[in-house]
Amino acid sequence: MNDLSQASLNAFQLLFSGNDDLWEVISLSFGVSFSAILIATPFALVIAFILAFFQFPFRRTLISLFNTFMSVPAVIIGLTLYLILSRSGPLGDLRLLFTSKAMVIGQIMLSFPLLVAMAHASFQSADRRAWETAITLGAAPSRAFFTLMYEVRFGLIAAIVAGFGRVVAEIGCSMMVGGNILHSTRNIPTAIALETSKGEFAQGIALGMVLLVLSLSLNAGVSIFQGKGELQA
Amino acid sequence: MNFSAHASDPLRLATTTSTENSGLLAELLPAFTKKTGIKVDVIAVGTGKALQLARHGDTDIVMVHARQAEDIFIAEGFGVNRRDVMENDFIIVGPPDDPANIQSDKKTLIALKRIADKKASFISRGDHSGTYKKERAIWKHAEISPLGNWYKEAGQGMGKVLLMASELGAYTLTDRGTWLAYKDRLSLKVLNEGGVLLKNPYGIIAVNPALHKDIQYLKAMSLIAWITSPQGQQLIDAFQKNGQRLFYPTAIQDVIADE
Repeated sequence: MNDLSQASLNAFQLLFSGNDDLWEVISLSFGVSFSAILIATPFALVIAFILAFFQFPFRRTLISLFNTFMSVPAVIIGLTLYLILSRSGPLGDLRLLFTSKAMVIGQIMLSFPLLVAMAHASFQSADRRAWETAITLGAAPSRAFFTLMYEVRFGLIAAIVAGFGRVVAEIGCSMMVGGNILHSTRNIPTAIALETSKGEFAQGIALGMVLLVLSLSLNAGVSIFQGKGELQA
Repeated sequence: MNFSAHASDPLRLATTTSTENSGLLAELLPAFTKKTGIKVDVIAVGTGKALQLARHGDTDIVMVHARQAEDIFIAEGFGVNRRDVMENDFIIVGPPDDPANIQSDKKTLIALKRIADKKASFISRGDHSGTYKKERAIWKHAEISPLGNWYKEAGQGMGKVLLMASELGAYTLTDRGTWLAYKDRLSLKVLNEGGVLLKNPYGIIAVNPALHKDIQYLKAMSLIAWITSPQGQQLIDAFQKNGQRLFYPTAIQDVIADE
């Protein structure tokens, strides 16, 4: 079968023919994932910082928990969230099921453990003395926190990029709580699944390429920000 | 944020992937919205999941094709006012060389017996889709319980199962719509069709409004009324994909003949 080359060719034509449905799907996908990461990141960073710099009971258990939750399948998060948001579930009155808001919530839940675990690892690698020095020099804890974040910025950016990568490509949760509704909750991964099940492989490949290209530009931007990506002397 | 039901809320229809993927709903629903002003959100999933969403009250109406499961759904009190909408048919496809020689007999039951006797590879959907339920019902009718290495449950959608069957040189049962969408890239052939056992009726059911608050019952009944009206039925009758008719309206007897 030379389906792949034919499908890729058709995919390019679709992308540049100004197919409105296609671009609607793309903008929903990125809107939802950006919102989720934007909401999740500040909380995740604070938690990661607390886990790295303070001693308290069950700290290690908590760290293990976050590490474990990184490997929960997206569809399990989706199913859990579905049962909570269902009209017969505890938060059914909010009427969030099958909306893009539900997808944002799902992606927050998905990215949160990853963000915490990776940010925690970065904070751990920071020099504790940076924090202590800042405090000793009379910096307010919030100011010292920002200084520390600056110290480990590359690790934190890597965490955010990885978090975004996980949510923008996930399908199980979006399908379950979004419902893949046209003009409303259809994002790139659910659209790919739908097009594939219809036998419209070109459309599926086109969407896959968009995801790749956009992720590539995102990572290119990050790598410019990170400089040469080498250890500084 | 909108926490309560409003007149402008779209009606939620849970339906099977076959109606959505064929493009039928894209043809029908805009006409309904134009007539009534009611917007419809379509959630296209397998029959099993569609009914499960309706049981939880997460959709207002369902349109599926699994008569037995629909009857249970209504008997349990989750659905009301079922109407027949349309039907299409299933076909048995297999490798062109037909190793179990099923093509020589028109009877579907004989075809299945020969596949089982020969232990020729057969791929089943293996999910709770309407197609899977249909397939199991036909095996049961043939008094065969398919077991063994030759009978493979894929747990995948129809398109993927067709691709698998093509790669493995296996038989499978498929709806005609998916077959038409995929056949150009498959090395498979239609080997049994047209029998009464292979008919595939679609029904539409309103979710029981007494079970959950906020069920949009009046809108659901409007859709049932419209889709079973002469206008809705004629649109179904006229719908074609790649020059082929896919669905035959069944709500009104002889609706087309009386035109």
